[in-house]
Amino acid sequence: MRASLPGDHHGHMIQVEHLTKRYGPTVAVSDVSFEVQKGEVLGFLGPNGAGKTTTMRVITGYLPPTEGKVSVAGFDVLESPIEAKRRTGYLPENPPVYPDMTVSEYLGFVARIKAVPRAEVKKRVEEVSEKCAVTDVRGRQIGKLSKGYRQRVGLAQALIHNPEVLVLDEPTAGLDPKQIIETRELIKNLAGQHTVVLSTHILPEVSKTCQRVVVINRGQVVAVGTPDDLTHHLQGYETVVVTAEGPAAEMIDKLQRVEGVNLVEPRDAAGERLTIELHAERGKDVRPEVARAVVEAGWKLYEIKTTGLSLEEIFLQLTTKDLGEAN
Amino acid sequence: MRNILAIAGKELRAYFHSPIAYVVMTIWAALTGFAFYLHLMVYSEEMFYMQGRGGMGAPPINLNDVIIRPMLEGFLLIVLLFLTPVITMRLFAEEKRSGSIELLLTSPVTDLEIILGKYLGALTLLVSLMVLTFVYVGLLFLYGNPDAKPVIAGALGMLLFGAALLSIGMWISTFSKNQIIAGAVTLAVLLLMYILVWLRGVATGPVGQFIAGLSLGIHIESFAKGVIDVGDLLYYVSVIFLGIFLTARSVDALKGRP
Repeated sequence: MRASLPGDHHGHMIQVEHLTKRYGPTVAVSDVSFEVQKGEVLGFLGPNGAGKTTTMRVITGYLPPTEGKVSVAGFDVLESPIEAKRRTGYLPENPPVYPDMTVSEYLGFVARIKAVPRAEVKKRVEEVSEKCAVTDVRGRQIGKLSKGYRQRVGLAQALIHNPEVLVLDEPTAGLDPKQIIETRELIKNLAGQHTVVLSTHILPEVSKTCQRVVVINRGQVVAVGTPDDLTHHLQGYETVVVTAEGPAAEMIDKLQRVEGVNLVEPRDAAGERLTIELHAERGKDVRPEVARAVVEAGWKLYEIKTTGLSLEEIFLQLTTKDLGEAN
Repeated sequence: MRNILAIAGKELRAYFHSPIAYVVMTIWAALTGFAFYLHLMVYSEEMFYMQGRGGMGAPPINLNDVIIRPMLEGFLLIVLLFLTPVITMRLFAEEKRSGSIELLLTSPVTDLEIILGKYLGALTLLVSLMVLTFVYVGLLFLYGNPDAKPVIAGALGMLLFGAALLSIGMWISTFSKNQIIAGAVTLAVLLLMYILVWLRGVATGPVGQFIAGLSLGIHIESFAKGVIDVGDLLYYVSVIFLGIFLTARSVDALKGRP
């Protein structure tokens, strides 16, 4: 077995190898492996109870792994917990705040226990307050702040010691739409300077903020890849959606005969205007042929577009497939 | 050390940001003040009575025997038994309930630093209570002439007694997310450990006597008499260490749970 030297991490900021976590007889996470590159934003996607929080708690050193090895910046979370924790910022699902404290007091306290040098505490508190837009409430008690502010204070807390790795558990849960957009912007700005792992069960979040996705279900990794990869990998065909006006039966019949089209399915009809979904051979763009067929017949063509599988569909496919196998 | 102080400071701030510190200090000051007043009344009655008899036929009485010792041996301990659970019940229960325990346990600090920080915060509040009491004792020195040695020994004994209670209370606070439950169980355990002393009168075998010897109250008697007994000192120090050790075990076990 290769000895792991501190700081030796081959460009992988986080390395999870064959992680299994059991609570008594319950298996929360089973044989999970993945890496996160330096500066990358990795999305951790899965339904509630899939094992996302457990995995994150092992990475942050809150829970010890039952089996397997987890290292942060080359430091094993079990063997060098202090070194690993020094390099990790963590925002749990519920911001770990003290409601009686003011924002400044709280951030000052966190800075001290996160080993920020004494002389820099004040400066760091100001910097992260600015970054997370909580400067205007810094003198207020945290317990009296809105959920959105509390979440931002939680994020400021995770950033206070400028950690290399940021672990964010459902960072947008419970926020209103405006706050969600702001939080996503903030996370995107953090990429590059920090390596980020964020968990979510909300799919658009992943395509909006993450470069790579790990899909987890029932404690197991079911897919890893970029959001685009996942879309292509899973889909055996290309989908084209046509909106045109003309006689329905004839149109369907005609489109069926276009080369490369395998399946024609009417999806929607509004009077004469039809929306039809076509499944074409993979890697083949049938749009010009479809357009010509419609126009040559003298029908009115309104729209023609390709669609990938939405992340929702992929997610459902992955998680229900797994469910089918398990049963 | 820096981490311990940071956490101790946070605990102390929490006591003074919430009503806990003020309620505990008010109850303590009121009860001990009233007890002091009553003892003082008894003392002046007896002095008056003795003066009436020309100081004849009765053993000389002094401030230590009539005021300081009975307070240290009895009533103050009972009040401490009830007030220390109020101080310790939130230490871990509150962090578990709010989830802030996750912040502490994922910070680059050791479990022992967290525990010692919390303990030090609670101990500081206890010391402020002691300081309040010794305002009364200071009055005795101002207007009377008590013997200083038993007062110092008594103060040390009471501090050790209270510190032992805090240590046990902190341990029990790790088991619940509910402060009230943590506090009630702590009170029950402390009272039980206190009344073990009653076995001394009824138990005949060595086992019974040994168990009676574990009583929290027994070991303060020497201090109240003005004697610093090494065995009694060791007893309290051992209870403090045991409480901290058990807390460490319990915090470690917290991590295995979801």
